[in-house]
Amino acid sequence: MNVGLTHFLVVGAILFSLGILALATRKNAILMLMGIELILNSGNINFIAFARYQGMNFHGHVAALFVIILAAAEAAVALAIVLQIYRQYHTVDADKIDKLRE
Amino acid sequence: MQYFDVLFYFFAALAVGSALIVVFSRNVVYAAFSMMFTFLGVAGLYVLLMADFLAIAQIMVYVGGILVLIIFGVMLTNRITNVEIIESNFHSIPATIVVGVFLGTIALLMSRTDWLISGILPETPGTILDIGEYLMTSFLLPFEVAGIVLLVAIMGAAMIARQEGGGEQT
Repeated sequence: MNVGLTHFLVVGAILFSLGILALATRKNAILMLMGIELILNSGNINFIAFARYQGMNFHGHVAALFVIILAAAEAAVALAIVLQIYRQYHTVDADKIDKLRE
Repeated sequence: MQYFDVLFYFFAALAVGSALIVVFSRNVVYAAFSMMFTFLGVAGLYVLLMADFLAIAQIMVYVGGILVLIIFGVMLTNRITNVEIIESNFHSIPATIVVGVFLGTIALLMSRTDWLISGILPETPGTILDIGEYLMTSFLLPFEVAGIVLLVAIMGAAMIARQEGGGEQT
């Protein structure tokens, strides 16, 4: 069986599931961020695979480019928030961050 | 098409294998470094899909930017000498079962669906010219908004991560 669109989609699905798994089982906030990055990557694989197998449709490429841009912005802001949480609580364990007051 | 298949399975195994390490490794530093191989494997898949510009953007932004940020985050929020760098998981087994069922469903759906595929796959000399044209014509407004979003995000990140009270050391 030759490698086709389905193979790329399945790789994307596996990466998506692993990202969900990282979000569900990890307690460290930074590892949860890595799960989000995995999910965004799997979405990008789907965009580009469809763009390729529908005869080089560049709309998919541009959408993937915007996803990369937003992932960069998201990572910067999220890590700044994680650093500030660490200053407040001296931990990044998502279970122990449960106070709204200082 | 033989080389294509071999390369596809190599890059897919690289991406998925190191993503497994990211999810199941108990050491945060190992997870952060195997993220790099996931990103490189995904970039290889982009090359196989004739998306050369996006492959380079992936390597530059993810490996060069986001990964460095994540590793800085790991170093700043964990005491390396401490045992706390070994993280525990919780509800591992139920979550794995549920996600496995979800993955099976979605993979079955993807392989059973009759996707609309164009018969001929055109060989393109490069995608940069077309992406540039689209960014300057159809996608001009999102392009400009993305620039503003990046500016606001970097200002917001600097504001949030700033030390309170004028630079006192913690």
